[in-house]
Amino acid sequence: MKNLPLISFLTFLPLVGAALVFGVDRERRQLARGITLAVNILALGVVALMWCTVNPSSGMLQFVERHAWIPTLGVEYHVGLDGLGLVMLMLAALVIPMAVLASEKVEENVPLYCGLFLFLQAGLFGAFTALNFFHWFLFWELSLIPAFFLIKLWGGPQRSGAALQFFVYTMVGSIALLLAFVGLFLATGTFDFTKLAELARTKALGPLVQAKFAWLGWGAGTAYTVLFIGALLGFAVKVPLWPFHTWLPLTYSEAPSPVSMALTGVMSKLGVYGFVRLLLPIFPEPMQALLTPLLWLAVATIVFSTFAALAQRDLKRILAYSSINHLGYCLLGVFAAVSATGTALDRTAALNGVVLQMFNHGITASLLFCFVAFLEDRSNGARGLDDFGGLRKVAPVFCGLMGLALFSSLGLPGLNGFIGEFLIFKGVFPLVPWAAVLALPGLLVTAIFILTVIQKVWCGPLNEKWARFADLTYNEGAVVFPATLLMFVLGVWPQFVIAVINPTVAHWVRQLPI
Amino acid sequence: MLAWTIYLSFFGALACLLTPRANPRATRAVALGTALAGLFCGLKGALEFNPTNGLEVVAFAHWIPVLGIDYSLAADGISVTLVLLTGLAAVVGVLFSWNVEHRANEFFALFFALIGGVYGVFLSLDLFLLFVFYEIAIVPKYFLIAIWGSTRRDYAAMKLALYSFIGSGMVLIGMLAAYAVSGLSSFDLQALAQYSFTVDFQRWAFPLVFVGFAILAGMWPFHTWAPTGHSAAPTAASMLLAGVVMKLGAYGCLRVAMTLFPEGLKLWQHELAALAVTGIVYGALVALVQKDFKFVIGYSSVSHMGFVLLGLVTLNEIGWSGAVLQMFSHGIIAGLLFGVVGRMVYDRAHTRELDKLEGMGLVRALPFAAVTFVIAGFASMGMPGFSGFVAELQVLIGAWQAFPKLAILAGVGIVIGVVYTLKTTAKVFFPDKEAAESHDYHAHELEPISIPERVGAALLILSTVLIGLHPRLLLDLIVPSFKSPLFEGLRKVAGL
Repeated sequence: MKNLPLISFLTFLPLVGAALVFGVDRERRQLARGITLAVNILALGVVALMWCTVNPSSGMLQFVERHAWIPTLGVEYHVGLDGLGLVMLMLAALVIPMAVLASEKVEENVPLYCGLFLFLQAGLFGAFTALNFFHWFLFWELSLIPAFFLIKLWGGPQRSGAALQFFVYTMVGSIALLLAFVGLFLATGTFDFTKLAELARTKALGPLVQAKFAWLGWGAGTAYTVLFIGALLGFAVKVPLWPFHTWLPLTYSEAPSPVSMALTGVMSKLGVYGFVRLLLPIFPEPMQALLTPLLWLAVATIVFSTFAALAQRDLKRILAYSSINHLGYCLLGVFAAVSATGTALDRTAALNGVVLQMFNHGITASLLFCFVAFLEDRSNGARGLDDFGGLRKVAPVFCGLMGLALFSSLGLPGLNGFIGEFLIFKGVFPLVPWAAVLALPGLLVTAIFILTVIQKVWCGPLNEKWARFADLTYNEGAVVFPATLLMFVLGVWPQFVIAVINPTVAHWVRQLPI
Repeated sequence: MLAWTIYLSFFGALACLLTPRANPRATRAVALGTALAGLFCGLKGALEFNPTNGLEVVAFAHWIPVLGIDYSLAADGISVTLVLLTGLAAVVGVLFSWNVEHRANEFFALFFALIGGVYGVFLSLDLFLLFVFYEIAIVPKYFLIAIWGSTRRDYAAMKLALYSFIGSGMVLIGMLAAYAVSGLSSFDLQALAQYSFTVDFQRWAFPLVFVGFAILAGMWPFHTWAPTGHSAAPTAASMLLAGVVMKLGAYGCLRVAMTLFPEGLKLWQHELAALAVTGIVYGALVALVQKDFKFVIGYSSVSHMGFVLLGLVTLNEIGWSGAVLQMFSHGIIAGLLFGVVGRMVYDRAHTRELDKLEGMGLVRALPFAAVTFVIAGFASMGMPGFSGFVAELQVLIGAWQAFPKLAILAGVGIVIGVVYTLKTTAKVFFPDKEAAESHDYHAHELEPISIPERVGAALLILSTVLIGLHPRLLLDLIVPSFKSPLFEGLRKVAGL
């Protein structure tokens, strides 16, 4: 089983599917949807197969494929998976079909719409498995193109501006990232993540970079730090990290809700993934040198975004800011892991929390946007906090299930949102107590705005305009049910995921040159 | 085999001229046959070519022995790459000129005279011969624009010709000076490259020849002929102009100026790099504010050719091979962009003003054009997976090594490139709904995209994706070329 090129198959499967779907006549909507879902389910099956056959106790890369590609540039076709990659593949394989299923109401040019989603999935699969910068960058950028068109062609009234802003912001980050890795390539002659990480682990990378850029006359470590900042910028825009977040609220609110599901559910994880897979192993020393400012940025991200969410009146904007907030905890965990004080156990806890939070937030946030999609279908696009009221009376199942998702987002124990944040705080507190304390108000304010949503939309007197508000249909229920179930399973039995990621995380912590 | 590309093109030019004026169909058949034969010869030559041998003699005969001028053709991987590009551009150029009815026989005769000259330049080893072919390529250019052009064609044709001749004049002076100073009484490039000119001589001869050629490559601030020329030219001519003629300039810089006067390059390296980066950023910024569709692409060509020049002056191998790859890549992508703008859109909509195109609902009337332009746009902005990315990546690597600060500025240029490409694509093909619906009536009047256009576009898209995903096809040709004795002096100066 391990010798099959499963990863390549998984990456090219959605591309082939996309090519098929693009060819479907634009009136045959159900056919296009059917092909897309079939491809999605097949992809999910492949990921499940990998999940079952992976050796969970080894933290090393598995399913590795390696072929020569462009030798003069040190570029190889090199893919592989560890626990993190596997969890991210699972997330991409779950969220994309959910988003496609939530798009029942999309009627305009369905084949293109579905094909773009498949394209996006291919980009995500590729980016989560690539181990060579060139190869990884190809898929990282590839995932941008479908997202741009999905926003541009199916978005809300300000979609043109939103799509352009989204694309350009990400590109600015990408170019900085590209230049940083070109700098690393010049110093080391390789684009391979594993080789670069090995150099960083033996503390050879810093001196190599220093030697390469010595003629610039910068102080010791400066060149390495400059490259780190360039790479950081790329991921900071994607996650996003305050103050590089300004593209996000407009993008998430103007994108059609199923696209927002994919954006927040998986694309934002590309950014966090970059922090964990690239920055942490390749730039541990500059990260440690800049630890205090980075922690401040993470804390600012967490705190500012919750207050911003509190001030919003648009459900999608609230969820957008809440997304920034939740991923802020991930970054807090990543940064704290390089703190000079603390034990390996604390670092492992924090990083386990980060990966778990990535997965959980992916599920919960996309579920929430999915509910907003259903809400918009019923309300002709109205999604203001004050447009509703008392919906609990007419749509109890809808409200109950969405309430569950909201509580999970709030971090209620027993649901999946709790365990990731708990582990992050458990790890961060002994590592950098001040940052943990400063981030705590974030949790409180999150509770306030989430309860406000529940109160304004579900409770109170019924707004007569919505007296005929339909409850969740069976089809819609079928879309949200698996994710809701997963929320419970992960909340009660997180070991399911932790078993896969813990050996990987323990391996990373052992490799950290701190 | 490679030499036949030249003879076939000139022969094809004559054959096209002899076809009856009233029968454009016959002319087209001859033209397509000629272009395909040229591409076939190029491909066959490339397959037979062994890149590790360095320069391979293609044809040799004494021409004017008294002056040491020989008819000497030779190829290395760089020439082969550019011959392939020319072959592709010729085929696609014919396909995109399928609708030329007005004096079609003369049109294609000039077209192939130009192509023959271009093949000649890429294959000449004798400096004098190279110069002759270079001039042959310029003259048909003038007539193609002046007779078959559009807006302000006289002005554009004249401007193009004047700039080209000024450049040629500079090259000629430098060339004759090198001939006289060396005392070798030979125009053989290899012999001249192995002669060490004094540094004082190179100090002024190098910029003279380099800039003389770089004018045709669209180097800032001598680029202004390019956007006006591109926009006035008929589609096939702008495809050739951006696709191959600008490459003549860059090729001349590499093949003549840099190999003959390597010390001069070292002296002027930083100034030239600054000009190249200025071109990248300035071209992109100006493209951002254009109102004419073709001007956007014209300025984007200036910006992308900046990468070629930047790669050339990095004085390292990765920068050079990136520059050559970028010549190929830009040739393909610019050809595609001009094909969409000139042939698919302008010939149907009869306007190139972005504001008017916005209201035409082109995505529904011409979906093929929209898809092609989107793909070409992403290729042009340097998306990974397309040839432009590999090329610009190599240039950036080279530039990082030589001038890190300028490399960052070039990165800024890429970002601006993304903005103008997306903005233009969105404006022309995906305007906001209200605007499109109010003017929808136009959409019915546009004839659908024809088969030759589809084939031409598909050829170019396939090439850019193929090279983007498997750049070794060309890199294995290009990289060993720099090991040949022709580049010995350059390698020594670069410390390689």
